[in-house]
Amino acid sequence: MSDVLKNDDVAKIYIDARGPRFGATITTIVLAIALVTQNKWVLVAQGVVFLIGAVKGPQFTPYGLIFKNVVKPRLKGVAPTEDVRPPKFAQAVGFGFALVAAIGAFAGADLVFTIAVGMALAAAFLNAAFNYCLGCEMYLVLIRALRK
Amino acid sequence: MKTYLPLAIVLALSTAYGFWWKLTRGAIRSQKAVPGHLLNAEILGEALGTRATMVQFSSAFCTPCRATHLLLSQMVQSMNDVKHIQVDAESHLELVRELDIRSTPTTIFINKDGIEVGRAAGTPKRDQVLAALANIG
Repeated sequence: MSDVLKNDDVAKIYIDARGPRFGATITTIVLAIALVTQNKWVLVAQGVVFLIGAVKGPQFTPYGLIFKNVVKPRLKGVAPTEDVRPPKFAQAVGFGFALVAAIGAFAGADLVFTIAVGMALAAAFLNAAFNYCLGCEMYLVLIRALRK
Repeated sequence: MKTYLPLAIVLALSTAYGFWWKLTRGAIRSQKAVPGHLLNAEILGEALGTRATMVQFSSAFCTPCRATHLLLSQMVQSMNDVKHIQVDAESHLELVRELDIRSTPTTIFINKDGIEVGRAAGTPKRDQVLAALANIG
């Protein structure tokens, strides 16, 4: 019954679970600045970070590298690990919002920019503050809606 | 042009939602059960437990699914009449729709006849699982 979950072909890489949460904290701050200043270039920069996170994995984004080189050496205790796929999914969702926001901003639709950045900010904030699992809540709803 | 209003709205709404989410994850709720739906060995591909079965729906993009699987599979090791079955939600969308499962992990508690008596979205606590299982006769 759980063939797919046990499938070894699906690459399973485990990363330090504190990394994506640190990244979400930085993301929250960056997106809050983008929302308050309505500055599209701040959003574009965050969009590039999301893209790296979605394609390569959150451990390869600038925030992931700061975590690995600056934060992690100062943390004590055993690192909790997590499968890289859930945070990758969250980064992809973030990229989707950032893309919509960027299109809105460059097309002159300020309201689209504000709403899309607000959605991305909400997701990043929930992840940072509550350890919210975007993949848990969104993935099934998405495939239920998209697939017959 | 600076505006703090959208930021304030986003933070207020997501804080409220975040607290609600934290409170409801893991709680085993009987009133959420889908009545009249029967799960059996044919649907699940494995025999049911003689008293109760915990059917855990999981997905690939779900960190707490692993913790839930570890907890439940370890708990049933000492129980000979309760089984834990993990189902990949994505490859069983029809069943997921019938049972109206919206997030992973969702664990359905069924009795020996395959009737749902409760469900938990998120990772349930060990004590709650024990209490829920004790109520299944």
